[in-house]
Amino acid sequence: MNKEPLVPMLGVVTDVRIDTPDVKTFRVNALGGGKCFEHKPGQCAMLSIPGVGEAMFSITSSPTNKEFMEFSIKKCGCLTSWLHQMEPGQQITIRGPYGNNFPVETELKGQNLLFIAGGIGLAPLRSVINYCRANRENYGEIDIVYGSRSMDDLVDYKEIVSEWMEDKGIRVHLTIDRAQDGWDGHVGFVPAYVKELDFKPDCKVLICGPPIMIKFTLVELEKMGFSRTQIFTTMEMRMKCGIGKCGRCNIGNKYVCKDGPVFRFDELGELPDEY
Amino acid sequence: MKKFSAEKLNAIIAASGNAVYVPADVDTGLVEYKRYEEGTSVNLDACKASKSPKDLLFPQWENLMHFRMEGKTIEITEQARQEEDYVMFGVKACDIRAIEVLDKVFLADPVDTYYAARRNHGTIVGLACAEPEQSCFCMNFGIDPAQPAADVVLWKVDGEYYVETYSEKGEALTANWELEDADAAVVETAKKEIAEKAAALPFANLNISRFKGENMNELFESKKWKKLSAACLGCGSCTFVCPTCQCYDIRDYNTGHGIERYRCWDSCMYHDFTLMAAETPRPTQVERYRQRFMHKLVYFPANNDGMYSCVGCGRCVEKCPMNLNIVKVIKALGEEE
Repeated sequence: MNKEPLVPMLGVVTDVRIDTPDVKTFRVNALGGGKCFEHKPGQCAMLSIPGVGEAMFSITSSPTNKEFMEFSIKKCGCLTSWLHQMEPGQQITIRGPYGNNFPVETELKGQNLLFIAGGIGLAPLRSVINYCRANRENYGEIDIVYGSRSMDDLVDYKEIVSEWMEDKGIRVHLTIDRAQDGWDGHVGFVPAYVKELDFKPDCKVLICGPPIMIKFTLVELEKMGFSRTQIFTTMEMRMKCGIGKCGRCNIGNKYVCKDGPVFRFDELGELPDEY
Repeated sequence: MKKFSAEKLNAIIAASGNAVYVPADVDTGLVEYKRYEEGTSVNLDACKASKSPKDLLFPQWENLMHFRMEGKTIEITEQARQEEDYVMFGVKACDIRAIEVLDKVFLADPVDTYYAARRNHGTIVGLACAEPEQSCFCMNFGIDPAQPAADVVLWKVDGEYYVETYSEKGEALTANWELEDADAAVVETAKKEIAEKAAALPFANLNISRFKGENMNELFESKKWKKLSAACLGCGSCTFVCPTCQCYDIRDYNTGHGIERYRCWDSCMYHDFTLMAAETPRPTQVERYRQRFMHKLVYFPANNDGMYSCVGCGRCVEKCPMNLNIVKVIKALGEEE
């Protein structure tokens, strides 16, 4: 981290990939090439275009990628709309990394893993999934349940099909909300699909997606015998500083930017219900 | 113990350096911290300035950096940090505790270097509270109005300021003051009188024992918040006069000659404080109101060894247009449900 945490460094967008009608993935390099900084899976960075705004985004690429960082960003406000019209060569400001990370070297090590994502919720989990793929010997069986509104809204679809589905010991379960032409996979919401897949509670779960998806999926997981101590998620809040000082991302006495964004559900349950 | 005559006050201030900030009468009829110059109407007799000297460390707005954009490129120039030494003169015990609270936030790792530069260049001259007011309740938080925790402390007794120095910065400052020897017993008597006055105030004995981390969820879930907050307009006055409120926003402004990224005070009382593209976790004034007091009385102490981030200065008690305040919250929630 920079010695003045609020002052960003410069990065340059070196590639823009269109994932879905409203999600693009931006490749970011330091001005002299390479990465702006190292990070751990689940950590975030503040990206900004001066004059437009600054906001926190999860780092989508795995730390094992030594060449660049990637951010999958959904167009939903002023800054993200501006980011979406960027072309390669555009400089942006970047600071970080912020927050804690998924405990890939401790609690998750040696475990079977179940990733559950909805929509753009795949963005923070992709970093962990690719980290685990790159360190395959440290993890057991991997299941990935990923759902979105339609097949056009599946982020990272090419990577999922051509890489994740090809890996041994990784089972990918895709689903879309409503049937459509050209889709012969599962149709239905994520919580129902998780119930249908009936996972054994012998794994750790990493879940990210819309709050309503998380809420109903948790119910299904608990019915299958999962304990809240096995389930991790990553939170989103409005942030300005990223270092626990500006005062807006707290849940009780915890700051999502600094004590999170990754929380285990039993820890989250001890905090006031305000998220 | 040393002293100087109250008639020499302006001379003492003038001998304290080029940049001395003092509580002074201003045109609006209020007492505000102001940079001393010839003709400044210094007012050390008012119990408290309308705002604490928080602005000197954490200004209401400040530029952080400047950007120049050309085509696809960006150039960043950091705003220079404070370099001028200065003195905060006549600061009360509550406002000095408030600075300790701000330190816990801004000087915690990673250090906010804008704040740290201002903090390091300042020397604090505290002033014991000769006449605490009806709205004061600092003593509930372990603050002694007769003994501010400053580099130099003044006690005003019978037209004379008694002086004690507590740090190297304080030594360096008072070395330039023309002082006489004084009898420490006078100050001891004055301290006792202040303690008696403070103990007789209406809010002297609030029960704050329930406000601790262990009760976080119970206090959060209390049914009383709805009624307590019903009249709140969300104007944010309480947060702006509060010496410990430090929530801030960071925004960009296009000056026509580039872009200034500035920081300004923000308020948890505002609806857009936590508003995201899709939703906010605090949709009504009930949640916002609860946040402010839970932060002061429960969340902050839970993270800072029990130190409350209310200092009992009473400014919010005086300024709320709807007559809401933290004392009412303490009284309502301080008792078992």
